[in-house]
This record gives sequence, structure tokens and C-alpha cells, in this order.
Amino acid sequence: MSERTKTTQSLGNPNLIRKAPENFLSQETIAEINQHGADETRRGFLRKSFMAALGGVGAAGSGLALANPQGDPAILEKQIWQTTLGKNVATEPYGTPSIYEKNLIRRESPGLTRVSAASVAFTPLQGLFGIITPNGLHFERHHQGWYNIDPNKHRLMINGLVKNEKVFTMNDLLRLPSVSRIHFIECGANTGLEWGNVAVPTVQYTHGMLSCCEFTGVPLSTLLDICGADLKKGKYILAEGGDGSGMTRTISMEMALDDVIVAWGMNGEMLRPENGFPLRLVVPGVQGVSWVKWLRRLEVGDMKYATKDEAIHYIDLMPDGLHRQYTSIQECKSVITTPSGGQQLFDKGYYNVSGLAWSGRGKIKRVDVSFDGGNNWRTARLETPILTKALTRFNIDWVWDGSPTIMQSRAIDDTGYVQPTIRQLRAVRGTRSIYHNNAIQSWKVDTNGEVSNVQVG
Amino acid sequence: MKPIFASALVATVIFSSSAAHAQSAQATPAASKPKPYMNMGRNATPAEVAAWDIDVRPDFKGLPPGSGSVSKGQGIWEQKCASCHGTFGESNEVFTPIAGGTTKDDVKTGRVASLTSEKQPQRTTIMKVATISTLWDYVYRAMPWNAPRTLTVDETYALVAFMLNLSEVVPDDFVLSNKNIAQVQGMMPNRNGMTQKHGLWTVKGTPDVKNTACMSNCAQHVAIGSVLPDYARNAHNNLAEQNREYGPYRGVDTTKPPLSALPAAGMMMVSTASAAAPKAAGPADLFKKENCSACHAPAAKLVGPSIADVANKYKGVANAQAILEKKVKAGGAGVWGAIPMPAQPQLSDADNKTLVQWMLNGGK
Repeated sequence: MSERTKTTQSLGNPNLIRKAPENFLSQETIAEINQHGADETRRGFLRKSFMAALGGVGAAGSGLALANPQGDPAILEKQIWQTTLGKNVATEPYGTPSIYEKNLIRRESPGLTRVSAASVAFTPLQGLFGIITPNGLHFERHHQGWYNIDPNKHRLMINGLVKNEKVFTMNDLLRLPSVSRIHFIECGANTGLEWGNVAVPTVQYTHGMLSCCEFTGVPLSTLLDICGADLKKGKYILAEGGDGSGMTRTISMEMALDDVIVAWGMNGEMLRPENGFPLRLVVPGVQGVSWVKWLRRLEVGDMKYATKDEAIHYIDLMPDGLHRQYTSIQECKSVITTPSGGQQLFDKGYYNVSGLAWSGRGKIKRVDVSFDGGNNWRTARLETPILTKALTRFNIDWVWDGSPTIMQSRAIDDTGYVQPTIRQLRAVRGTRSIYHNNAIQSWKVDTNGEVSNVQVG
Repeated sequence: MKPIFASALVATVIFSSSAAHAQSAQATPAASKPKPYMNMGRNATPAEVAAWDIDVRPDFKGLPPGSGSVSKGQGIWEQKCASCHGTFGESNEVFTPIAGGTTKDDVKTGRVASLTSEKQPQRTTIMKVATISTLWDYVYRAMPWNAPRTLTVDETYALVAFMLNLSEVVPDDFVLSNKNIAQVQGMMPNRNGMTQKHGLWTVKGTPDVKNTACMSNCAQHVAIGSVLPDYARNAHNNLAEQNREYGPYRGVDTTKPPLSALPAAGMMMVSTASAAAPKAAGPADLFKKENCSACHAPAAKLVGPSIADVANKYKGVANAQAILEKKVKAGGAGVWGAIPMPAQPQLSDADNKTLVQWMLNGGK
């Protein structure tokens, strides 16, 4: 008997899969009972709500068998928001997510680093929709902590091989002709914990050093033009941050003139302080460390600068002991975000499986999804917009029959590059790299509906 | 009035949305158009450029004149650096170690031999860094970690000298200066250990891996090689609280027993082809494939004991084979330290037997 047959049979146990009881009491009701106790009316309400919730247990999907033959108390009972006056406009002048969304926040991975000022807070990809990352959830990675820099005191200096070494204030920069473009940003170490073996449970921790926003700013080429950059000798640009680490990275002049932006806007508002307010570099397709935050200086030069984060870190150790320096491009990659590791399916039946694909070399052309560990593949639906060097959302139909399943997604970009397996990547780069792991991710759905992070092969 | 206004509005919306989605990459305006913003910004003064232009390149452009001795460096190190990096740059408590893993031979060859060795548990800064300018630049711009840019030029020379002394690159009485720094560059242990030959610097670069988009019957046998150990189940706290509380995909309650303890779990393998069996591999391959090498090295202690240590401990112990087979399968803790060995329920009895035999034989 094959493994597959064995576990399919064990599904005979009806207790394995349960419909989750809904949160049948509203926050307001809980608060009311806490404050005033449970009188007869409130007790009656509790009983009814609880029975209704229990009625859902074991029932399948939307064809819910109701405990109350009259119908659903969410419909039959008058809700507090239907019968009382709601809050005033501008009670939340900048706005915050619903209190029912409190679980989806940036999180640190415990034990990843010893000091939180040089650490990472991951984007909760498992709960996001579309391709835009909300500004409050854009991942954070700092090398020496962040400051709320006073924009009135912030300056951008351009020096080196230019006709005029110049200083720009934020007032100057905001007057210049600007562009707005949607691009992904991914840390070179994203998925780096998985080079050796499975290390973390959820997509937030495996892939959450990934975000995608509409950035607004002045093209770097415009600033280089204004300063009269020497495009013959000046082949490289050093970008330097205004934080304690004075983060520095070399950018090629080719990219600088192509699509690099000196940006202040992110999704319609100014950058958040954690993401470089008031100014950061946007280097589409290139790992996040080059998107220098709190950008204060750009130097045009004739050689690469060998700064710490391109000479010692963000480099790849090859099996022959050589390190690769200046690795930059984030190659084509994808991941299924729902369902993903650490999630639970409570029922068999139809699911929309959804995920993200991106390529630092261009546009996503196709995404295939496998539900049997990579043996057979189906092509997913790509949602628009499909933009260059931006996240692309994909969806695919899936009917779960309750048997164990290994899900994978595989992206193809418009250069024809097909996202590799971890085995193929290891064959070239060995297992001791940290950075630039763009391997196919596998999620296993067990017979009890629990989804977990696994590596195939 | 009204209809005209409406149609104009529609036209504008259509135009702007298509423009946004096209994400035109025209960074510079066409050359023929006037550029009314060309005089924006003001010229930087020499003092301003000097204040901010602190980077030091591999050709030492930007390096200010100065000097510092190893012994002076040691004094500053103990005061300002040792609390994070350890007295000998060996600490792994806050950041990865600075020194260690290099030899006098490496100074001769310019290639750090331990970078290819499984015995070296950590890559230290001196093992990796190829250019002394990189060290100098970073210490000066960003150290000490909690008080960046408070070191003087001479203190920076002294600290770099001390780090290289810790690594046996320069002698105890050495004084590093802008005059001899190029010579010291010629002694950097990993100066020849870098390559820029790869496809990840430009968009047009050639990728390492060429995968094909096979659509059906692509993998005859699908085996899970690695899973999150049960003891790490709740290491990221309760995943139920890190997901939306409604909708089809909720978080798993990781305060509850692990997957393997639940009925019908333990599906470590899903066979997609009826007759395909995995190829028999040698014990060393098996050791790697089962990820034992993530924690155990042949002769050095990593997370767990070395194979040699295990072989020595069980030399002459009756039933060693049976004891260890049980331990590998069920996991355990306490014999070699506090970090538990995760259970390996995916191992077949035959593979387990092979692995234990091989380990008891010292990995031969």
C-alpha cells in the first residue's frame, strides 16, 4: 500500500477536520458583560450565540447546518453597529487598521540577531492582498537603528566626478520633476535561512523581507544631469546614508541612468522613518541593501568602492572557497502566500490559492503551481498590473480532497528564466551561502489541514 | 456643460491610468526639450564636501594621513570594542566574530584555507575581507556601534592594526599608517579570495541555473528532505495570533501538540510514481541528504558533537548500535549539552542502521 493510500484512508476519522467556531461575541458585547455582568437577557444572548457557533463545528463550508432553524443570528439578531450611533469623522485623523486586523504586523524572528537596532522586522505576506505593501507593514532592516530625521535639516550632496558638486535641500528636491513607479524591494538575505534546511515556520519569516510600493521621487539621471556628471570616467556611484552606519553601496552608472529614483514618496505619503524618511534610493531589481535609506550623499567615481556591505556581507561563498562580491540582482522568484506555512485549513473543498512572483530582471511572464511536490504543474492566473521589477499576484483554483499535498509555485520571467529548485541552486552555490536564495518554496498540507514549511529533495 | 465635463474627466482618467501602468522608464526628458530646472540646488563648499566625503576606496583615495600602533589599538579595543566583539575579537555574542580562522599560510597565499573546510564553524571578518580599505572605512564611519563616528583617524589606524595583529598578519610592535597601508594590503589573508565573475551585477547578467518548465511527470519520486523540528514549533510564538482570525486560512495554534503527535500525521513522503524507488546512496551522502551535517561535522563540534566524538564515546559500549539507532529516531537531549537532537522519524530503519554503523566507525 502506498503512503498516499494509507493517509487518505485515515481521513475516515471525522474528528480530524473541524470547522473553526467563529468569534461569536463582538468586542462590544464582551466589554458590556465585563462591565455590567451577565443578566438574564445577556445570558440568553450568550447561550444562543454559543449554540450557533457550535452548530458550525463539523459542518462543511458555506452549506452550514444551522443550529437555529430560523437562521443565522448574525442576520436575525440586531447588531450593535446597526442600532447605535457610530464614531465621528476624523476620530482617527490618520487612520489605523480595524482592531480585528491586529495580528498582521511586522515581526522579528526570535533569535535571528542579538540586537534589535541591527535586525529585521518581516512583512506579514500571509495576510496581504494584491501587490502593494501597506506602508505600516513594509519590512524593516536597519544596520544601526533608525531616526526620525528632521526634513528641514536633511541635505543631499552630490560630489566626485561632476562639473558642479551640489547640495540639495528637501525643498529643492520636491520642486524637481518627479516620477511614480511601482517596484518590489527584497533583501538579499530573504529566504537565506533556508539554504541549509527548513529553519522558520511561516512565509512571514521565510520571504517577509519583501515589499512592493509605489515610490515617488526624482530620477537619479536628472540630478546627475543637473550636476554635470562625467559619464565617460564616472562608471560607478557611491550612495551613502545619513544613519549611524553611514550605509554605503556602489551602484553602476548604467543602472543610475536607467531607472534609479531618489525617492521621498511611498504609496502616496512621504516615506516612513523606518523606510528612510525623508529620502531613500530606489534601485529597481536590486537587493534592498542598495536602496540606501536616509540618503545624504551620492559620489560619482571611476571604481567600485568595496564598502563593508558589498565586500564582507551580502556576498556569496562558493563551494571552492571564493566569495562573490557585488552580487546585486534579485533573480526571478515566487511564493504561495495563501495557504502557507503555519496556517490551517479547516475543511475540504474549494480554495483560491494565491501568491506573489517577481523578477529583478524584468516582468513576470508565467507562474505554474504544483500540488504534488513538483511532479505535475498547472499555469496560474496572473492578475494585472504586471509591471517590470514589481510584484505580480497570481491565483489558481484548488479543490482539496483532504489528502496530503505539497504545494509549490514556479515563476518564469520575460528573459525566459525559470525559477530553480533548491537542489539546482545548491549544485552551483553549495550550502553555505546566506544570500540570493530564489529557490522554489514547498508548503505541505497535512491530512489535518495544517500547512507547514518543508523542503523537497 | 455637464456632458463635456464628464467626457473630459473620463479621458483624463483613462490616460493617466494607462500611463501609470506603463511605468515609462524614460528617466531623462528628451534632449530637445528645455530643462528649466538645471540651476536647482546650490554648489557645495569645500568644507562641506570634506565633512561628508569620508569614504575610503581600495586604491586608498579618501584615506586621511595618520598612524596607530598595535598596542595603542589594544587599549582602545579593550575600552570601546571588547564588550561587543570579545577581548580577542572572537566573540559571537552580539555580532559574528572579527578574528579567527586564518593562518600564517593564508597570509602567504592570500586565500583563506578554512573557507573550504567544514571544520570552521563561523566565517569571521578577517577570513572574508579582501581589502584593508574596507576595514578602515567601516571602523571610521560606523564604530563604536552605539557611538558611531567618534573615533579619530589615528585611533582608527590603531584599531585596524590591532585586528590584523589578532589575526597574526602584523607583529606586536607594528605601526599602521597611510604610508605602509598598501604593503599591508599585500598581506591580507583573503586578498585573492574574491571574484566578481558572476551574473548578478547587471540586469543582463547570465544566471547560474538553467531550469526548464516541465509540466507533467517531472519528478518520479517526491521526498521531503527537511521539515521544521517539533521542538521549534512554538519558537516564533503562537502562529494562530499571527494570522487573520477569520477567512479560510487561519493560523495554527502552536501551543497545542506538534503535528507528529496528532493522528494521521507523519506523512514524510508522498509517492507520485508507483514503482519508482529512491536510489541507494552511500552513508556520507545519506548523512548530507538527511541534513545531519547541519549539526554534526566529522571532527569539530558544531551544534552537536562531532562524528569522531560520538565514535569515541561509544567505543566498546555493548549495544551501541541499538542505543544510537533509538536515539536518532526518537531524538534526545542532555548527553552532549542542552541543545536537543530532533527526532528523525522520516528515516527508514535501513538508513538509520547504515548511518549509525558509519558514525560508530568514525565516519568511514
